[in-house]
Amino acid sequence: MADVKFIVDGKQLTAPAGTLLIDACKSSGIEIPAFCYYPGLSLQAACRMCVVRIEKMPKLQTACTTPVTEGMVVATETPEIAQARKATLQLLLGNHPLDCPVCDAGGECELQDMTFKYGAADSFYAEPKNHREEQKWSPVVYFDRPRCILCYRCVRMCGEGMDVFALGIQNRGSSSVIAPNIPAELSPDHLAHVDCEQCGMCIDACPVGALTSGTYRYKTRPWEMNHVGTVCTHCGDGCKTTLGVRSTSDGSEIVRGDNRDKSGINGDFLCNKGRYAFDFANNENRITQPLVRQPNGELKPVSWEVALDYVGKELRQRRDARGGKSIGVIGSNRITNEEAYLLQKFARTVLGTNNIDHHRTADYVSFAQALAGQKDRTASLRDTLTAPAILIVGGDPTIQAPGTAWNIRTNVRNNRGRLYVANSAEIKLRRQAKSFLRLAPFGYSAFASYLAGNAASASEAATDINALSTFRDTIKAEEKLLILIGSELRGQDLKALIDFGLTIPGAKFALISDYANSRGAADMGLLPDMLPGYTPLAGNTTFAEYDTPSAPGLDLLEIFEAAGKGELSALYVVGSNPVTRYGIDPESLKDTFVVVQEMFLTETAALADVILPAANLYEKSGSVTNSYGDLQLVKKAGDRAGVRSDFEMIVRIADKMGANMQALVPFGKGTRADMGQSRGAQSGEADRHSVWLTANNLEPKLSPFDPFAILDEIQRLVPGYNLLRLQLLSGNDQHLQPAAPAPLVQVGSRRDLVLPANDSLFTSGTLGRYSTMLSDLQHNESLRPPTGLTQIETAAD
Amino acid sequence: MPTLVSHPDEVRVLSRRFGQGAANIDKYIELDGYKAVQNAIAQGPEKMAGWIIDVMKASGLRGRGGAGFPTGMKWSFVPKTSEKPKYVLVNGDESEPGTCKDHVIFLEDPHAVIEGTMIAGLAIGSKLGFIYLRGEYRYLLKIVEKAVADAYAKGFLGKNIFGSGIDFDVITQTGAGAYEVGEESALMESLEGKRGVPRIKPPFPAVVGLYGGPTVINNAETIASAPHILLMGGEAYAKLGSERNGGTRLFGISGHVERPGVYELPMGYNLKRAIYEVAGGIKDGKKLKAVVPGGASCPVLTADEIDVGLDFDQMGKAGTMLGSGGIVVLDETVSIVEFALRTISFYQHESCGWCIPCREGTDWIKKTLTRVYNGGGSKKDVDNVQYLAENMMGRTFCPLGDAAAMPTLGFVKKFRKEFEDYIAGQKAGTPIITVEQLVGAGH
Amino acid sequence: MSEIANTIFSPELADRFDKLVTIYPLKRSALVPMLLYAQDEVGYVSDAVVAELAERLDLLELDVRNVLSYYSMLRTKPAGRYNVQVCTNISCMLRGGYEILDHCKHTLGIGHKETTKDGVFSLEEVECIGACCWAPAIQVNYDFHENLTPAKVDVLFKMYRDGKGKDEK
Repeated sequence: MADVKFIVDGKQLTAPAGTLLIDACKSSGIEIPAFCYYPGLSLQAACRMCVVRIEKMPKLQTACTTPVTEGMVVATETPEIAQARKATLQLLLGNHPLDCPVCDAGGECELQDMTFKYGAADSFYAEPKNHREEQKWSPVVYFDRPRCILCYRCVRMCGEGMDVFALGIQNRGSSSVIAPNIPAELSPDHLAHVDCEQCGMCIDACPVGALTSGTYRYKTRPWEMNHVGTVCTHCGDGCKTTLGVRSTSDGSEIVRGDNRDKSGINGDFLCNKGRYAFDFANNENRITQPLVRQPNGELKPVSWEVALDYVGKELRQRRDARGGKSIGVIGSNRITNEEAYLLQKFARTVLGTNNIDHHRTADYVSFAQALAGQKDRTASLRDTLTAPAILIVGGDPTIQAPGTAWNIRTNVRNNRGRLYVANSAEIKLRRQAKSFLRLAPFGYSAFASYLAGNAASASEAATDINALSTFRDTIKAEEKLLILIGSELRGQDLKALIDFGLTIPGAKFALISDYANSRGAADMGLLPDMLPGYTPLAGNTTFAEYDTPSAPGLDLLEIFEAAGKGELSALYVVGSNPVTRYGIDPESLKDTFVVVQEMFLTETAALADVILPAANLYEKSGSVTNSYGDLQLVKKAGDRAGVRSDFEMIVRIADKMGANMQALVPFGKGTRADMGQSRGAQSGEADRHSVWLTANNLEPKLSPFDPFAILDEIQRLVPGYNLLRLQLLSGNDQHLQPAAPAPLVQVGSRRDLVLPANDSLFTSGTLGRYSTMLSDLQHNESLRPPTGLTQIETAAD
Repeated sequence: MPTLVSHPDEVRVLSRRFGQGAANIDKYIELDGYKAVQNAIAQGPEKMAGWIIDVMKASGLRGRGGAGFPTGMKWSFVPKTSEKPKYVLVNGDESEPGTCKDHVIFLEDPHAVIEGTMIAGLAIGSKLGFIYLRGEYRYLLKIVEKAVADAYAKGFLGKNIFGSGIDFDVITQTGAGAYEVGEESALMESLEGKRGVPRIKPPFPAVVGLYGGPTVINNAETIASAPHILLMGGEAYAKLGSERNGGTRLFGISGHVERPGVYELPMGYNLKRAIYEVAGGIKDGKKLKAVVPGGASCPVLTADEIDVGLDFDQMGKAGTMLGSGGIVVLDETVSIVEFALRTISFYQHESCGWCIPCREGTDWIKKTLTRVYNGGGSKKDVDNVQYLAENMMGRTFCPLGDAAAMPTLGFVKKFRKEFEDYIAGQKAGTPIITVEQLVGAGH
Repeated sequence: MSEIANTIFSPELADRFDKLVTIYPLKRSALVPMLLYAQDEVGYVSDAVVAELAERLDLLELDVRNVLSYYSMLRTKPAGRYNVQVCTNISCMLRGGYEILDHCKHTLGIGHKETTKDGVFSLEEVECIGACCWAPAIQVNYDFHENLTPAKVDVLFKMYRDGKGKDEK
């Protein structure tokens, strides 16, 4: 809309017509207080804190419901307005328990801030405050009614934002109360509960301490933590989570996860896993000492030096005796890009093998190959918020990628995005869909083929043929279509779907996978037949600076088949649990030397000869790439004495094997200037300055343990990873488009190795088992009949 | 059954058929019923809407619910064309304490409401009208339901009404106990099956109303006046009343008078005369203390302030409001402290709770006055009550906050001395009752 | 035949509800009347009523509870067969509403929102019922009784106790 001019507090401002006054002011640096207003949710005008004086209006007006108009003259801070706000605060404080010293929200409370600003500390009520006991609505959501100021943010967040509608408003007048969907009288324990997705968005939205989190309540105060913004380790959306960290005697403990500054790719959103499921890091069963199997079969703790010596010696001997092709390497989809890249480089150049793979949760190889030679055809997670039309084929973002689902719902609600869903199940997002096409069971292949023009596939794709053809015509008519693809589509099917999409000029694609760095693992070449950036082994010139075996290696299943046949001398597993995931017979590994880098004694680790205790994604730095190809910075938050990052362990093993360290990790090359001396007067801004130095490649990478030394190489060599360093280092996301280089490689006869995680909202692969909170939520869920909102079967492992 | 009353000063327009069994459709027809709507249809499809609105504008009729907005103008705000269907909504959620006029209309002349609904529908191009009665009026709802069924049976409602080619349907609806639903946007919410919480305005109902369609919402008395106005002509109706306050209206006079009842008086009729002549003066020969002139939300008038004309403008000048026409008369024995407490208790009970100033303000005023009334008051409490009320005025989401604040301010300002004397006069050592004891648990 | 299998309502009421949900532009509009009519039959809005109305209107039970708890005539606990509602608002108060309330309390031996042991009467102090000009007034269920005195109340109670009272529904 056209811009209008208006005056606020004497300043001439401009904003598009129709912008709400409160937003227009905010973008010009004028903050108008509000409890009930929440951008993107429906308007309430209930708290009356945002009242302002608009010329020619008889009463004070609420800035949260008033659109700016040409020539409007507004005052936002006058004695009259301050008095109105003060009176409102006095009314609230009349019943609000002033338990700020013990309240979780103390220090982060909007009511506290407003009271500080408007000085409503004096009370003239003689009557006692209404008291009610705190209620435990779920393992993660607690409600303290007296603290509630009835802003209804939680109700709208749950209903409009999450499409869950688990919270309501009951009674009226001064008895009004926020009520959960399971009333006490219908509950077996006679207490009110909430049956929902447990995302915790209500807690996030609460301006006061009325809703608090089961993981954090009464644990610490906000100012006693360091707040580290990093990327969630769970699903493939790559949401930013801010971890509150506190020092302990053996490192630093993560005590809270939330979406504190809302500056991430996920905007306002964070799901239950990002919010609560950091607690695996604090699990008491973590391995914190290297363990070596003794002749009697027992695992014995040893020093790092002993363990690494042993691993280095054994791997070297086996490589030298039986050749690199007798060694297998399995990487992880939760390690950083730098670690994944280093791992494949280590496998190929130090171990001398292409036998490297990882648990694939979507077919990124075919995705990259189908898009070979295309530009600007891949979508960012951010596009799901703004795309005028979205098609989802397969997958179930609500459960699998909750951030994606949030964006889509927001898009449909606020931007009138058109959503089309084709799925063999009635996934929840159909409720937002303009059109939902029910596909036949296992009908994805036929559907892709039908879209690609094969009319004969129609009956196999869906039972309602008319609906099918209408659906196809409708999506074909869209000019800018974002096509989100579930992991059900692989190989030729994926290619057929993408080929169809490519006929729509404005179409963009994304392939949804599970886990924080599933995409990065594929991009970084944890593949037996592909170098980083989907570079074919044959005729490779990109990675000519280091030697790699030219023949494709064994894939994940072939590695174990080889082991079973006694052809595998050693197996090196980094952060993965293939034994359970792929149902491997433990016997098959009896003649193989197995090294596992892990946090816990998983089924795979239990078979190892050496277990090296690993740090998790919250305890290291580096970068990860989400399902969409959005690159983000991971920052070290927690710490645990005794564990090491996978990066460091790979480097140390390579060193023990006698590898050329400078060749493996090009450290010491970045230093061109400035050892910190230029900070001088800006020393107070050391952090920002160091970001700048690093971004400009001026920071020395003095040791081979510095992931940035590998990032330099990734940036230099991996196709599509031409990243902007400052963007990365400032904690912003950037969309990358790695695609297989033309000429097109035949997509095809490769074995289907995709194994979707099938996680529910309350599971997260092997890792999820070590989260007490996720276990509690599964148990909580099992107490109630299924609502269809969440699937509660735990993942295969 | 309500007792019908009469007085020679009455000008009977709206109440013309009261007491004559007009709830019977044949009787209603005999008494010129359904003529007005046929007159409107006789103007022809081109002119009909314009003609109705012109007559309504000329009549000077102002909304009888309390706000006094000119009805003809309200109808003219509805867009001529609309993608969504348009609706007529009759507000029979009569709940303002002191007001029982719609009660009598539904009882004595339900067809006038139906015919008025049809006329409003023709004026704005709507095909569906709703008549919403408060839940307590179940026996009246049955009378209205019967009247609607009779009108359908005669073919007056439904398809092609009176051969006009226009369809018009009426649905009756019951509330379930909520004063706030009398607010027009809360009424729409309630009719849509939701909590009776008001909506943000703008958009106004005339543009975005019931089910998102343009909607005219009128009080039952306003709607019931329409047929009479069409029959007698706008100018003739206007002339009955005072300047810019056309016609007559039903005034319910209650409290300490000899002959309480619902009387139809011309707009601008003198309040003092209404009390002393029409309603027979103060009961049992007592002296007048105060008058709440238009339902509980109107600021009180003292005994020497009542020589004033009963219309929207004159009452406004007198510092109060004409409101819903419910005149409540207080004799010298009434304790203003108790009366103020009863008034705020009502608004506290009925506040929907949506916005902070109304929800918390009514609650704290009630708590404070309860304590004062029970003997635990201090002089500062009177200041506090005034401070609370002043800070509610004009700051709430909907007019209920003002409706609670205005009478409270009236009482503490005009009878401040009585409050102070009341507090000072409490015997020393009077036990202070705690709020828990007063309000009870769970409130 | 009701649209809902195993309806908890009488065939007449179930039938009426089947029709009611069809007459509005949006069927949710039937919610408030249905709650009240269901209460008239069942005696209060029970959990089963909430569940069936939610099913009939495609609403969440939470939605129904949100609405139900807003309206003061709706109750979630049983009341007496005759619910005596005494208005004490200003017009009634001026003409003896509180005396009537006290008399009822004394005669029935119960307080606000309480029910007699035999379950015949319950008592409620209510806000203005729209009978101001005929004050003091009470409602027994839906029936208005006006211009009352304590003596007239005694007559009324006897009438109801003898089963001779009107009982409008």
